[in-house]
Amino acid sequence: MLPVCALSDLSPGEAVRVTAEGMAIAVFNADGTLYAIDDTCTHQDASLADGWLEGCLVECPLHASCFDLRTGLPSGPPAKVGVRTHQVVVEHGYIHVRVSTRENALA
Amino acid sequence: MKSVTIVGAALAGLSAARALRARSYDGRIVLVGDEPHRPYDRPPLSKGFLAGTLTPTDLELSTEDDEALDLAWRLGRRATGLDPMAREVVLDSGERIVSDAVVLATGARARRLSAGPSWPVGGAVGGVHTLRSLDDAVALRKDLRPGARLVVIGAGFIGAEVASTAHGLGLDVTVVEAQPIPMAAQLGPEMGALCARLHGDHGVRLLTKAGVLGLSGPDPGENVRAVRLDDGREIPADVVVAGIGATPCVDWLVGSGVKIDHGVLVDARCATNLPGVVAAGDCTATYQPWTGRVRPREHWTNALRQPEIAAATVLGRTAPSPPVPYFWSDQYGVRLQFAGHYRDGDRIEIVEGDTAARRFVAVYRRDGRPVAVLALNQPKLFGRWRRELAVPERCAA
Repeated sequence: MLPVCALSDLSPGEAVRVTAEGMAIAVFNADGTLYAIDDTCTHQDASLADGWLEGCLVECPLHASCFDLRTGLPSGPPAKVGVRTHQVVVEHGYIHVRVSTRENALA
Repeated sequence: MKSVTIVGAALAGLSAARALRARSYDGRIVLVGDEPHRPYDRPPLSKGFLAGTLTPTDLELSTEDDEALDLAWRLGRRATGLDPMAREVVLDSGERIVSDAVVLATGARARRLSAGPSWPVGGAVGGVHTLRSLDDAVALRKDLRPGARLVVIGAGFIGAEVASTAHGLGLDVTVVEAQPIPMAAQLGPEMGALCARLHGDHGVRLLTKAGVLGLSGPDPGENVRAVRLDDGREIPADVVVAGIGATPCVDWLVGSGVKIDHGVLVDARCATNLPGVVAAGDCTATYQPWTGRVRPREHWTNALRQPEIAAATVLGRTAPSPPVPYFWSDQYGVRLQFAGHYRDGDRIEIVEGDTAARRFVAVYRRDGRPVAVLALNQPKLFGRWRRELAVPERCAA
């Protein structure tokens, strides 16, 4: 599992980006619920951890595409395909991500 | 409403088709495009595609979901005329398409260097490019060989991005700009000058107040050798890119009765002066309350969102509000984002970061209210400030 940060360091509405093996993953605290998705928007190079979080949706900071944190699916153009979702595990007050091995972990 | 013809098959045209279907319109949609390609995304043409990291497939805008749009495509076909009374669009194939409504979304084309005293008038000069279409980008990419000398004419966004990409590819790059400060009209002189320093940061020469007289030497068919400036200097060049703006593709509408003023003149609902004819995207111009002038709004985001308004108007529905203007640019690894509208006299405050580090947020205030925000490498804070901007005054046109 990929260590992220202490739970107390990720306030509601905030996001953090972690990288491992050349892969970037964004972890969000959406009003107390934690989600992890691939960090890079599928449309153009932009970090979703920098995006605008509203409920369970994050809007790409570059364009209008929103991704559902629960499924990784885009709400509409310009993104065409979803991002992978990853399982978040909190152990002893520390956030970890179980990186999804599937090529496309769409729900 | 049984049939709609959309003229223009790029971002605005495709967005209009999607917006019509999203509003449960189930009649016929004909989508006419003068390029042979399916709709594709233009911004990467000066960035990732030019650098060779993206392929044409990566640029495709259509998705599998778009199959359900059930469009009658007319690709590689140019519209040559519009009869507004019959709402008939005439194509270069001779086909005449009659429909209940017409959406004009023909976009804009790159402005070309005009012939001067020393120009090889009429003769194509090798190594001289503009950049607007996929085919333009393919042709330019072939000429961007490491070590070659590139002169970019115009330090606007296209010019700056081409310079940045070519610098990354190992070319020797010079940018020449007629104005004293690049992008001053969009960003204001202070921020325009600051952003223009990105060139110098990376060893790319920027010559301002440098008017171009012509291209040096070549006989028709030969490769360009230099760019001649109005102060007598000659800048050696193996490749030249003119990034000197765009012209709306509205020639075909001359005589149709559609009112043209810097583009197809539309109101806030995307309506033209003719019933049943709406327009959206780069081919349009609209009254800007903040400048008091009619101007085009040539931004990607506008081509994505404005067609939703046009579609609502066609169907007689309530149109969504026009989005706050927004554009972005990637230059030398720096992401530049701007939202809102700048006007002379706006007070600019750096609210976050450091201009010297090229990582900051600048907020533009007018009468104490935030009206625009510029960010370099601060996408997250930019997103917050963008949502704080005062809503633009209602369009009065």
